[in-house]
This record gives sequence, C-alpha cells and structure tokens, in this order.
Amino acid sequence: MLTWATFWSQVFNGLARGALLALISSGLTVIYGTLGVLNLAHGAMFMIGGYAGYVAFTRTGSFIVALIAGSGVVLAVGLVMERLVIRRFYGRPHEDQILVTFGLGICFVEIIRFFFGSLSRSMPPPPRLAGITSLGFMVYPTYRIAVVGIVAISLLAIYLVLYRTRLGMIVRAGIEDSGMVACLGIDVHRVFMIVFGIGSMAAGFAGIVNLPVAPITPDMGDSILVQAFVVIVIGGVGSYTGAVLGGLIAGEILSISSMIDPAYSYVALFAVMTVVLMLRPRGLLGAEWRT
Amino acid sequence: MSYRKQHRSRSARGVSRREVLQMGAGWAVGGTLLPYALATPTRAAEHPELGTYPAGSVGPSVFVGISCPRTGPYAAVGEDEIKGYQLAIEHLNTGDPLLRKISPRTTRGVLGKEVKYGIADSEANPNTAVQAQSRFISEKKAVMMTGCASSAVAVALNKLAQREKVIYLTCLAASNDVTGKDCTRYGFREGIYAYPTAQALAPVLVSNIGRGKKIAFLTPDYTYGHTVRQSMEEALKAQGGWSVATNQVSPLGTTEFSSYLLNVANSGADVVININFGRDAVLSIKQSAQFGIGDRMALAIPIATPFLAQEVGADLMKGAYGGMGYWWTLEETYPLARMLNEAFRKKYNYNPEYGAHSAYLQVAMWADAVERAGSFYPPDVIKAYEAGAKLQSPVGEVYFRGADHQLVRPVIIIKGKKPSAMRSSDDYYEVVKVVDAAPLMQKPDAFGCQLGSYD
Repeated sequence: MLTWATFWSQVFNGLARGALLALISSGLTVIYGTLGVLNLAHGAMFMIGGYAGYVAFTRTGSFIVALIAGSGVVLAVGLVMERLVIRRFYGRPHEDQILVTFGLGICFVEIIRFFFGSLSRSMPPPPRLAGITSLGFMVYPTYRIAVVGIVAISLLAIYLVLYRTRLGMIVRAGIEDSGMVACLGIDVHRVFMIVFGIGSMAAGFAGIVNLPVAPITPDMGDSILVQAFVVIVIGGVGSYTGAVLGGLIAGEILSISSMIDPAYSYVALFAVMTVVLMLRPRGLLGAEWRT
Repeated sequence: MSYRKQHRSRSARGVSRREVLQMGAGWAVGGTLLPYALATPTRAAEHPELGTYPAGSVGPSVFVGISCPRTGPYAAVGEDEIKGYQLAIEHLNTGDPLLRKISPRTTRGVLGKEVKYGIADSEANPNTAVQAQSRFISEKKAVMMTGCASSAVAVALNKLAQREKVIYLTCLAASNDVTGKDCTRYGFREGIYAYPTAQALAPVLVSNIGRGKKIAFLTPDYTYGHTVRQSMEEALKAQGGWSVATNQVSPLGTTEFSSYLLNVANSGADVVININFGRDAVLSIKQSAQFGIGDRMALAIPIATPFLAQEVGADLMKGAYGGMGYWWTLEETYPLARMLNEAFRKKYNYNPEYGAHSAYLQVAMWADAVERAGSFYPPDVIKAYEAGAKLQSPVGEVYFRGADHQLVRPVIIIKGKKPSAMRSSDDYYEVVKVVDAAPLMQKPDAFGCQLGSYD
C-alpha cells in the first residue's frame, strides 16, 4: 500500500536506521583510514558494548550509567586489543589482518555466549523516552527519535575531535600518509592506539544506544559488520563524512525498498554499493585508495 | 611292541586304534560345528552392505549424529533440542521407564548396543549441517542422523540421508516441503507443520477474532515461511473469509524490523500473523510493541518458537494465539508428559520446550522402530516405521503415516496468559485445544511427495 503516509514514515525510519549505521561505520572507517587495518571484530565491539551496557543497567538501573560504563568497557577492550594484537599486524598484508580480527571477533562472541547464553537480553528505554510520539502522519517510537538525537550529538562530537583538535589533525594526516606523519616525529603508535580505542568505542556506544530498540544476542554483530562495510564502501573508505553520508543513504535504501518489496531490501543495498563501486570506486566522498 | 617300534617317530609308527578313534571323534564334532561356522557369514549376506550398515553396528555401540544450531538466530532453540537428545540417549542406555513406555521393546540401549552420539553446530545453515553430518557418517559410521530447527536444513539432510542411506529424523521443521515435494524414503518428521497447524488454528482465530478480518503477515524468506503463509492464507480465507492486507518478507536473521513494521502499521490490518521463528520472532514482536502495533492489532503466531514468552515477556504475549508441538502444562492431562517434565527438570532445572520434546520423542521412536525391525539394516527399520505402529507419547497416541513419513500427532493450540493469571514463573500459555491432526492432514501426495527407493 504505497501512500504518502507510508512513504514519509519510511523516509523518517530510514533516517533513524541510518543514523545508527553512520555511527558504527564512522568508527570502522576511521580505523581503516588511519591504521590501514580491516577490523572484522568491529561488529563484536558493537555487541560487547550492548552487553556491557546491559550489565551496568541491571546493576544500577540507570540508563546514563549504562551508556558510560558500556562505552568505557569497549574503549578499554579496543585499547588492549590494539596494544596486544593489532599493533603487530600493521605491516602485514590485509589477509592476515582480516584473519586475526575475524578470529578475535569469533572469540569475543563465544566468550559472551559462555557467560550469557544464547537467549536475548534487553533493556527498557529510560521512562521519559519510552512510549510513542505522534508525528501527525504517523506514530513512531519516542526512543527511536531520541536515538537520532543521541547519535547526531555523538557524530558531532567525533567530528569536532577530528576537525578541530590537534589529535584529530594528526589522525587525518595519518589517514593521508602515516609514514610522513611518523617522519615528522609524532608518536604514531600512541595515536593509532587512541584511534582504535575511539573507533571501537563508537561501535560500542551504538550497541548500548540500540539496546532498548533491539535485544542483543551474542552474534548480533555479524549482520551489523556487513552493513557497516557496505556503508564505508559507498561513502568512501577513510572518509568520516563519507561514512555519515553512506550510513544515511544505506538506511534510506533499506527502508524505502521495503515498501516496494521487503524481500529485496538487502539486494537493493548491495546493488547500490555495486553501482557506486563501478562508477566511483573510491566511494562518494572518498579520497584515492590507500595502498 | 618292541622298544624300537614303540619309540619310533609317530609317523613311522603308523596309526593306532586309539588314534583312529580320537581322530574320528574330532571329525564328528568338527563336522557338526562346521555348518554353524559357515552359516554366520551366510546370514550376513541376507543384508547386503548399505550406507553405514553393517559397519556402524558391528561393535558394542552405535553412533548417532546430532546437528543443531548452537549459533545464529535459532541458537536458543538448538540448545533446548540438544538437551532433549542427551536426556533421551541417557534414558535409552539405562532403560529408563519413560522411554520404555514409548518404546516397549527397549531394554537397555538399542538391540543391546550402547548409543553414543556427537553434536555439531549446524548454524541453521544447510551447508554446515550437511558437512557435519557427512563427517559423522564417514568417520563415525553413524547409524542415524538427527537435529534441525530450520526447514531448509531438514530438506538438505533429507537428501543427504537418501544419498548416503542413513536414516534422518527431523527435529523442528515446519515447512510443508519436508514431507511434501522434498520428502525422501530415509527422512522422518515428528513435529507439527504448516498445513494441519493452519487448519487447526484458523477456526480458533475466526471464532475469537471474527470473520472477514485483514491479515498482515511477517514472513521469514525461506521454505518454512512461505509454506506456512500459504497454508494460513488458504485456511483463513476458506474458513473465515479473511483477506491479506500485506505480506512483509524478511531475510532469516533480520535484527531490524522497523521498516516492515511500519508497513504493517500503515496497512490497515486487523491481525498480525507472525511466522518468524527463533530470535527473529523475539525481535519482531518486541519491536512491534514499540510501534504500537500490539494495541491495535491481534497477534497470532502459527508456530510459536520455544522460549518466546520468556524472552518477549508475558505482557506482549497476552492474548496471542499460537501453535506448538508441546507445552509443559500438558502434564496435567498426559502422564508421559509429567514423566518427561520431571526427568528434564531434574537434569536441567527448567521445563522442556517443544524442541526438547521433539528430540526425545524422535530418539524413542527410532529405538522402537529398530527393535521392531530386529536389525539396523536401513530398509528394515524404514519398513518398521512405515508399518505405522501406534505408540504412546507425551502428547497422546501417535503413529507414522507410511505414505509420506509424517507422524500423525496432535497440534497444541495455545493462548498467551495475562501476567496476573500466571500460576508460576513459566506458566505463560493456556492450552486452548489439543487438536487431533489426523482429520486435518492433507493427502500424502498433495504436496508432491514421492518417497525414493529403499536402497
């Protein structure tokens, strides 16, 4: 039933979905852009963030504490992971990086499954944000509208760090040419560690924010990872604004295509990715490919 | 005899009368035993080698290959099934009274042999399951394969069973195709499936919700989803004049249902029929609540996944109608259900869901078929199944239909209880009806079932 009400509600829904994807993908693209590492454990970061937030919430009953605790845990996990494992793989070919991060991802999933089992866990939204808002032409869960707001603030925060601070400048320079940055006497390794931590934290934060929307299970990160990679390909690998734009586009594609034929939503997404790759291989806002 | 004659070498001495008598006795005894010695290989030649026969059953134990999803969207269901299998095999090896009520000829083990098993993660993925079971067959000479929560896996393993000549018993697989166009001589299904469930559920929905209602389907995009939707649509059109407002098809493993739910919310439907299973069902129902669908539209879940109410919460499930293969409160009317619940609770601390029940029942019925056949030779076991002996089970009397290898068994129609009406922490459902499926089942060849060859 293709009516204007349906159309606009799907457009809005695409915005909400896309916002979350944008946040997750921005972390992934910054990591790949700066470190050159294909991080297939990124989906697991999303999942760990969700579980850390869940545990914090069940202990304290506070949404804010869950947000902070969850992000903090994933930041720590990211930093440790970079220090112990990823650091040794900077010079290695991409296949090795893929294997080690994929393996780490599987380990994380099974560790979480061991402690929490396979049944899903969820968290109710904070009482003030629960319920449904009427937007005139449609009703929409209030919390999902709030998610758009929360994600927008986080994306803005990351943007400010990247484009208005010294650290951000180093990171962007590192994306362009990390060898040169090292030659300039900047401790690239410390920067890399911080970038990996922040990138993972973005995914983890997204995981907690998403918890009242969709209950978590240990393997939730798998489909998120695939979508995040599609987003950064569309938006341009290494480009922060590209990840945001790509995320919004992906969200809209998934939502609007479900109006026409829901079974083909993902086909549409991959089709668009293919078209982008054919016409503009570096993505919509991407720089030339890193070698 | 002279000294020399006595102490000559034996051969030179010639043969004495005593020796003749001794040799004669030896020949007589050997002669009578010889036919028996020759007969044993002769008896084995009655059953030629087929699949893992006789290699899988020559020793003191036999091996059963179990593949269930331990990861992915059906992981919770898979764990429940595995527990059912483990309990059943333990009971089989010890000759537990419950198992002997279902399989009266069992003493201990199967034909005196201990049952060993291996468990593999199928990930609800047909390729993974086929690989795992193929290894069980080639490495362990499995005499029987079992386990699934996805009809796609069941169909794939049905075909593997026919190819490898090893019997396959489904666990949870509700697509019409499993005993329809994808049926095989070596596959047997115990559980409820689309057609009779739809026929049993439709009158309940029509009488409780009304005639001429509009449906919004939430369908997972594979054989199970499509056949259940088709069966439900036909049954509801025919019995209540219902029509379809929208059919939202989502890939298996979807986590984000918002776009589908928005379409449902805007479709003007009166009833949401959610065909999703496992984690997909949990997520789609929880997210439905976020979109206010639960307040405006009734909910029906033709095949209500195990642990659904536990994960979704009684609040969202109240008043929802569904179909199941087993619910623990059946113990109030069925003595074997009580025995099963007690044994399961003792071992695992919760009441079995219908995955565990299906697993237990399939193992018990297999033991019965093998005992009746008197051997592990697959065609004999298959014929024992097809003879359709009536067995007692936790859901009453059941028997296999020889023409399509589907167990004739009741459909359990449940309704979600209001939280205030729950008598214990897992008393989520009221059993509305236990529907005898025999009159509801389609003709065996209605879905194109053509059983293959025995060997």
